Amino acid sequence: MTTETVTPAEAAPARQSMRDALKENLREYGLVLALIVIMVFFQVMTNGILFLPVNLTNVVLQNSYIIVMALGMLLVIVAGHIDLSVGSVAGFVGAVAAVLMVDYGWNPLLAAAACIAVGAVIGGAQGYFIAYMKIPSFIVTLAGMLVFKGLLLALLGGRSVGPFPTEFQLLSAGFIPDLIGRWTIVAPTLNASGNPIPNTGIALHSTTMVIGVLVVALMFYLATRTRRAQERHGHETEPFGLFLVKNAIMAVIIMFLMYKFASYRGLPNVLIVMGLLTALFVFITKRMTFGRRIFAMGGNIKAAALSGIKTERLTFYVFVIMGMLAALAGLIYAARLNQATPKAGAGMELDVIAAVFVGGASAMGGVGEVAGAVIGAFIMGVMNNGMGIMGINIDWQQVIKGLVLLGAVAFDLYNKKKA
Amino acid sequence: MAKTILEMRGITKTFPGVKALQDVNLSVQEGEIHAIVGENGAGKSTLMKVLSGVYPHGSYEGEIHFDGQECRFNGIHDSERVGIVIIHQELALVPLLSITENIFLGNEQAKFGVIDWHSARSRAKKLLARVGLSENPDTLITNIGVGKQQLVEIAKALSKEVRLLILDEPTASLSEKDSQALLDLLLEFKRQGMTAILISHKLNEVKKVADRVTVIRDGRTIETMDRDDVSEDRIITSMVGRTMDDRYPTRTPKIGETIFEVKDWVVHHPLHPDRQIIKGINLSVRKGEVVGIAGLMGAGRTEFAMSVFGRSYGTKVSGEVLLHGKPADTTTVEKAVAAGLAYATEDRKTYGLNLIDHIKHNVTIANLPGVSSKAGVIDDMSELKVAKDFRKRTNIRSSSVYQVTGNLSGGNQQKVVLSKWLFSNPDVLILDEPTRGIDVGAKYEIYTIINKLADEGKGILVISSEMPELLGICDRIYVLNEGRIVGELAGHEASQEKIMRAIVRGEEKAAS
Repeated sequence: MTTETVTPAEAAPARQSMRDALKENLREYGLVLALIVIMVFFQVMTNGILFLPVNLTNVVLQNSYIIVMALGMLLVIVAGHIDLSVGSVAGFVGAVAAVLMVDYGWNPLLAAAACIAVGAVIGGAQGYFIAYMKIPSFIVTLAGMLVFKGLLLALLGGRSVGPFPTEFQLLSAGFIPDLIGRWTIVAPTLNASGNPIPNTGIALHSTTMVIGVLVVALMFYLATRTRRAQERHGHETEPFGLFLVKNAIMAVIIMFLMYKFASYRGLPNVLIVMGLLTALFVFITKRMTFGRRIFAMGGNIKAAALSGIKTERLTFYVFVIMGMLAALAGLIYAARLNQATPKAGAGMELDVIAAVFVGGASAMGGVGEVAGAVIGAFIMGVMNNGMGIMGINIDWQQVIKGLVLLGAVAFDLYNKKKA
Repeated sequence: MAKTILEMRGITKTFPGVKALQDVNLSVQEGEIHAIVGENGAGKSTLMKVLSGVYPHGSYEGEIHFDGQECRFNGIHDSERVGIVIIHQELALVPLLSITENIFLGNEQAKFGVIDWHSARSRAKKLLARVGLSENPDTLITNIGVGKQQLVEIAKALSKEVRLLILDEPTASLSEKDSQALLDLLLEFKRQGMTAILISHKLNEVKKVADRVTVIRDGRTIETMDRDDVSEDRIITSMVGRTMDDRYPTRTPKIGETIFEVKDWVVHHPLHPDRQIIKGINLSVRKGEVVGIAGLMGAGRTEFAMSVFGRSYGTKVSGEVLLHGKPADTTTVEKAVAAGLAYATEDRKTYGLNLIDHIKHNVTIANLPGVSSKAGVIDDMSELKVAKDFRKRTNIRSSSVYQVTGNLSGGNQQKVVLSKWLFSNPDVLILDEPTRGIDVGAKYEIYTIINKLADEGKGILVISSEMPELLGICDRIYVLNEGRIVGELAGHEASQEKIMRAIVRGEEKAAS
């Protein structure tokens, strides 16, 4: 007997219909849209302060360590676990850095490397209990949270340690050097004595603008290459017009932000670190077998094991990576405060986890996106920043953030049910 | 003439884009066992969901009359109130609660919210007696077998003063013996005057118990036949819409040398290491040969297969696996796959698929290196090509390779599982219940794939609880009972009687 049903795809065209493509994109770019809406909202509510170059730079600096940890947390949550210890670990590692650099006078680079290694060991230890001893991650990392909060207090003995060597401060406070020199677009207004008045005129950090152009070019190159490959293999491609418009909009957004950064002091060092790490994690989750296996494991761990995936080892590595990123976040945070304090990292884990869930990850595991987590972190960060500028009390800020988290996840689930 | 207890008229149910049911009519007489048969996706479950109120009144067109009254159910509670109780294919029991607790779940024997455990227990005992179970009602569900769990479900239904009992594929996961017991029970209920609707794939069961049979195809009622007119051929013809001369595709076996051998295989229970589950099994599969493993539920067939495949079951495993005559390391799944072994599970939802991910990712997951560079970077285009090829080759019916596997029908899910293992390019495939819970048409397709693989020179080991299936596709059949091989029959001389005799006698070694 052969089946009489015609396989639908055989008759399908190699080009998606505009409606399908739009629908798909709307779902995919819904978060970006939400972020833009929120930014515009606060731009209006703060009378234009939000988009000031100095403030945008601040938003990045304020949220950098959350985003770094959100990358690892995304893997953890997709793998079907949770890590409550990241805040404490970040605080603890910041203290280790302070002790090494300030008390023992280690070279900053060496000390930073040692700190990342400490993070890897901590992540590995927790990962061992979770992966091989099969203790639920909630319990192991809850224990870790208490342990490292305690160790942080013990290590610092109640004092704050600082300041850090200047080289180390550059991690959070520094900007990329302007290799080409400033690029004056509009000359500053001169005062009566012939000296320029501060904050007038436009002088751009030209290296930042060049990097912006390169990023946009790279984006177009990669998008075109993927499209070519799809066409060559006879796979479906989205309508060309949409493809063009989509990438053009992304390019405009990137260049707009670059312009903002360039008219202040250029790209912050930490943004470069974040950008590279984000790109790396997008690549790992989308293109590498390692990432694919994490998704498979989170979706159905039994099926993954029976497909030859070493689920224990994979879980172990996910927590090692999380530990390293928590350590890096601890370094960034310490460098930003320019000291290690006993309260460092407290409550950070909640912001990190919230960012990942706002970014569309599923608490059941198996679903989530790196870009979503990063945008989720920015949504929370912009709200913090905007509400701060508006002078909303910290108590109400918490309430609003809590409701936004709940609302975002509820909206996401509602959409999925409808689809 | 018996009176009509249930009458469904002109039921039409539309989902976005699909007409699941179209003008379906069903009338059930009081005191009869009415079977509903049809391929998967034909609309049987949808019809039952309409009847039980899962799809509330207003979400479908048509009328339901029960006991002369028009019914407008808004939920399961409404339909249960008039005595319509449905037992779903997937059992809805809580494993870590006792039998009593499960029977009265949602229907507790309570006054003002305080449960009267004494009356609950004694009522549970009576109900268990009615379904022929002698278990202690305090036993946890997880500690009794699937067959008994099914009986507990029925006891649960009885506790609700059921007038119309609907059973959706009740024997899908039962052994031959448990299935027989269940069907006998159904006949006993009928003698006591209960009406039942039986949804089943297994035509021999339908023939055994049903008074009338209604066939549904593509969301429409095709015909209702009386007991005397029922024949397997006629049902099948109605179901698939054409005559089917043979349920099993023919094949001329070209059998080569032995490629797979297991020697003195012993496995112990993972939680009770002193209990032997597999007690020294020896078997072999040759190139191009389809070999069956017959046996009752609990005989150790799945346990054997999984322990061979990367020690996925059991402890203290001993014995030897040979592939192409050479000892092979199959101590982890990864090594077993590398050695050329594949195992397609009996439980595709739990062990086979990532149900929240799409076809493409499921097909390649067991052989990601096959679509990646050495550094572990996946080549999107070649992955897509592989997925599309297999979708075509195994005839997976879906909108594209990006359809989420959780939304596929059972037969198509099974094809995804097969594709996954075919892509790992094994020499020997162990297929555990490859056609469980899938419809006649899809079964035929699966058999065709199996034959093609055998023709390509692979060795195939099929585990199945359906004896006709083994007899239909296998060149040789091993009979397994209580962890031992108790018979080996050549395909052409095997019969259901011989297999059963081997199981019953245990020690009989059929000459072959």
